[in-house]
Amino acid sequence: MTRIPFSYSLRNLWARRLTTLFTAGGMAMVVFVFAAVLMLDQGLRQALVQTGSFDNVVVIRKGSETEVQSSLTRDQASLLAAQPQVATGAGGLRLASPEVLVLITLPKRDSGKVSNITVRGVPPQGIVLRPQVRMTGGRMFAAGSNEVVVGRSIARQFQGSELGSLLNFGGREWRVVGQFDAGGSGFDSEIWGDAEQFAQSFRRNDWSSLILRLTDPHSLPALQKAVEADPRLTVEIKREPQFYSDQSEMMSSFISVLGLSLSIIFSIGAIIGAMITMYAAVAQRVGEIGTLRALGFRRSSVLLAFLVESLLLSVLGGVVGVALASTLQAFTISTMNWQSFSELAFGFHLTAGIVIKSLVFAVVMGLLGGFLPALRASRMQIVEALRES
Amino acid sequence: MSEAQGNTIEHTTAAQAANAMPLVRVHQVVKSYQRGAQRVEVLRGLTLDIQAGEFLALMGPSGSGKSTLLNLIAGIDQPDSGELRVQGQDIGQLSEGDLADWRARNVGFIFQFYNLMPVLNALENVELPLMLTNLSRSERRARAENALALVGLADRMDHYPNELSGGQQQRVAIARALISDPTLIVADEPTGDLDRESAGEILQLMQALNQQLGKTIIMVTHDQRAAEHAQAIMHLEKGVLSSREEVQPRAN
Amino acid sequence: MFFLSLIIRNALRHRLRTALTVLGMVVAVLAFGLLATVVDAWYAGADAASDKRLVTRNATSLVFPLPLTYYPRIRAIDGVQAVSWANWFGGVYKEPKNFFPQFAIEARGYLALYPEFLLSDAEREGFLRDRRGAIVGRKTAELYGLRVGDNITLRGTIYPGNWDFVIRGIYHGARKNTDETQFFFHWDYLNETIKIRIPGRENRIGVYIAEVSDASEIARIARDIDAQFKNASAETLSETEKAFQLGFVAMTEAIVVAIRLVSYLVIFIIMAVMANTMAMTARERTSEYATLRALGFGPAFLHGLIYGESLAIALCGGLLGVVLTFPVAAWVGHILGKFLPVFTVSIETVQMQFIAALLVGFLAAIWPARTAARVNIVNGLRAVA
Ligand SMILES: Nc1ncnc2c1ncn2[C@@H]1O[C@H](COP(=O)(O)OP(=O)(O)OP(=O)(O)O)[C@@H](O)[C@H]1O
Ligand SMILES: [Mg+2]
Repeated sequence: MTRIPFSYSLRNLWARRLTTLFTAGGMAMVVFVFAAVLMLDQGLRQALVQTGSFDNVVVIRKGSETEVQSSLTRDQASLLAAQPQVATGAGGLRLASPEVLVLITLPKRDSGKVSNITVRGVPPQGIVLRPQVRMTGGRMFAAGSNEVVVGRSIARQFQGSELGSLLNFGGREWRVVGQFDAGGSGFDSEIWGDAEQFAQSFRRNDWSSLILRLTDPHSLPALQKAVEADPRLTVEIKREPQFYSDQSEMMSSFISVLGLSLSIIFSIGAIIGAMITMYAAVAQRVGEIGTLRALGFRRSSVLLAFLVESLLLSVLGGVVGVALASTLQAFTISTMNWQSFSELAFGFHLTAGIVIKSLVFAVVMGLLGGFLPALRASRMQIVEALRES
Repeated sequence: MSEAQGNTIEHTTAAQAANAMPLVRVHQVVKSYQRGAQRVEVLRGLTLDIQAGEFLALMGPSGSGKSTLLNLIAGIDQPDSGELRVQGQDIGQLSEGDLADWRARNVGFIFQFYNLMPVLNALENVELPLMLTNLSRSERRARAENALALVGLADRMDHYPNELSGGQQQRVAIARALISDPTLIVADEPTGDLDRESAGEILQLMQALNQQLGKTIIMVTHDQRAAEHAQAIMHLEKGVLSSREEVQPRAN
Repeated sequence: MFFLSLIIRNALRHRLRTALTVLGMVVAVLAFGLLATVVDAWYAGADAASDKRLVTRNATSLVFPLPLTYYPRIRAIDGVQAVSWANWFGGVYKEPKNFFPQFAIEARGYLALYPEFLLSDAEREGFLRDRRGAIVGRKTAELYGLRVGDNITLRGTIYPGNWDFVIRGIYHGARKNTDETQFFFHWDYLNETIKIRIPGRENRIGVYIAEVSDASEIARIARDIDAQFKNASAETLSETEKAFQLGFVAMTEAIVVAIRLVSYLVIFIIMAVMANTMAMTARERTSEYATLRALGFGPAFLHGLIYGESLAIALCGGLLGVVLTFPVAAWVGHILGKFLPVFTVSIETVQMQFIAALLVGFLAAIWPARTAARVNIVNGLRAVA
């Protein structure tokens, strides 16, 4: 098909710069919201999926949903650690980490408002099981001491998390001796200390959860089967990444449902904006349309020229929107996860997929906004269009 | 322009060989417009033949149907009934899309208000009809430059319409009408918006197109002096062609 | 009158454009209103809180219990009129996504403390008499089709095992902002069952709720309670019900902030659309404005025309948007009922919607009005569209 030159559409946009700016600006804001939502959801997923590794499993009491609500007796923990599917580490010790989790409240540094923080008592094996945890300041707590280390987002946000300062919880004082980075995962929002010390001071005889490393990642079904057959073990076993992403299901669906419905509602505004602009463009150029048709351009060429114009408008909006959204990567959202009641920090994470989705979203807006005006342009009677000019 | 000229000459001789048939045949054409509940009959069974190579001026009072007739011949409007043949082809029978292709190949337009694309410069405006051909980009450029040179605007190629005078814009429009080497050029009051001097230049240019390139031109005008640049003048009154007068061939 | 009719006729010249602009405005004002209502809903719990109730919890965090033995000591504090308690149950009804808040309560005292939960006398008696009885809020009952007399089983997450209840009453809220999604059952039933299932975990209390006789004394009483348990095995933290609720809201504040920001963004989006409409309109009418100037009308007249038209369009859309907010909010409230139990459009929201519409109409007209009033008559007359 013969095309009206691309530069015709492009230059018309330039000829009415102000209108182009307003219309593309509206679209950019909608794309911004759309991309931001996807980035946030991605960031949340990233935080939770990275929290675990594929060959680790989490064991909690059946039906307890979260680690904080769970409890496993010491007998159950030993029984589980002795299962043949569990890997053995250096020194012949089973790679099993019985942990104790509690929530404490700490005030935030900037607002003074308190939030629930997960405090995790970890035995030495637990640290071996989390190779993603790196010390960024100070050192790891010493086993059997009252020392604790704090995750990156705790260190950034909460009072009393500075190296050397004392934290007061569980009726004792704890000295902060290190800060760690867990690669943007959920552990970044936790405080870690010695498991036995925590159990003592929180007066807990039993553990909250048990982390196991499998010899072979595919032996999980076998382990689950063995555990189910044992009446002493009323527990649930999940892979670590699965466990943590289940924990954020509600938050994730809240973000995507609210965010996407907002994007759709807002996009109506932007589509209307594009429609107004394109209808005006068509009305202004009736004579040009008649001339183009007289010169031998077909209806479809005229339709295409105006659609291209609208698409250019939307792509411009899309690119600006995505560019604005990419600056969000510098920010972190820190909020309470409804399912675990504990603080969770996660960032805006831009991926190639999100860029593509956002641009497609923009293009769809442009198509929807531009189609009717372009149709009107293509439907014009040549003679009448020429008379109007 | 030599190549285009060569083509034109071949074309004209071919048409003259089939001498029996006029280039344009308008036979018993009826055209009316609906205005509200009222039907306005503009052309009531009009018949007209135009020979290839002719330069015809169409005159008549306002509202007499000159533009209507011109639009029908140019294939941008459809008759209610009657026959409209150009080079033997019944253009009334063509579909929308085929008619568009037909116009692209056969008709060059010159409008009263030039109708250039304000966002395209002179060269691009002239090049526009070539977008409908398979010519390469460089070839299109070359032809458009030639056409602009032919109308005396070689030094204004990258000017935009709003940077050109009315007469210059009309010359760009003529170059555009010429570029696709059409069978027929239609001009609706091409000098209606111009002063005497520019009008004279435009008319001379059109005359040259007719005499030197052998283009068939139909021009609507209200101006007797403009009409005298043509070979023949016809008068249209209330939808009826009244008379045809030959203009005395002048020296040259 | 002439002036008004001129504005209206101008607005109606490009019917399609005006209609589209009004539609955009409707969508924006509606979205703005809904978002403001979502934010309100976030704070609804705090708004509904009584200023005569104190919540006492474990100072370390909510997940730690308090001993039952604290009850008489809190009751004895000067100024405390009544005390009851509740435990967060956190059970799952069929599937984890079917969330609604569940509490084990000391029934008689708790219902006395919360007169806003309305029950018929028969239902109240039925609940109090049945050890495994439960009462549920109207919204949750409607959502899951629960009726008085139905059996319901919750799977415990904090308290292991399955728990069977019989619905004995469906409560209604006394006020618009009363949470109608909660589920209450007898703390005694919980405690006795726990004593059998996990010996040693009985007699634990989530929070104590104390009612004070004089609201102005509430801060002093809170301090007295906490002082009472200083250095005890479980130290307490007492705060007003409002502060307690706000504490929860503060933990999810980031979300509230994001929603607020986004709600301003929608106003910016529509501002761009509206400003574009007005700028295009004004540009097309340049020669008319020049004519009016030539006829002797001053810049004030042109300002009036353009601001008038812009405000008329914006307010028209604003009004429609406000009117539509109510039915749409009812529908959204139904969908989001699980997350946001109280979802009502407040007067402030409606005011904000109108202000936003006015603002958009006003700001959109600034630029075109300025250019129109400054138009050079001679050039303007030549600029025939
Ligand atoms: N699209 C239309 N709808 C209704 N009536 C029309 C239409 N086009 C033309 N007419 C009417 O048809 C008649 C002839 O119009 P036309 O434009 O052919 O006249 P003209 O001879 O070119 O006049 P002028 O010299 O003023 O250009 C006029 O009465 C005109 O009003
Ligand atoms: Mg005419």
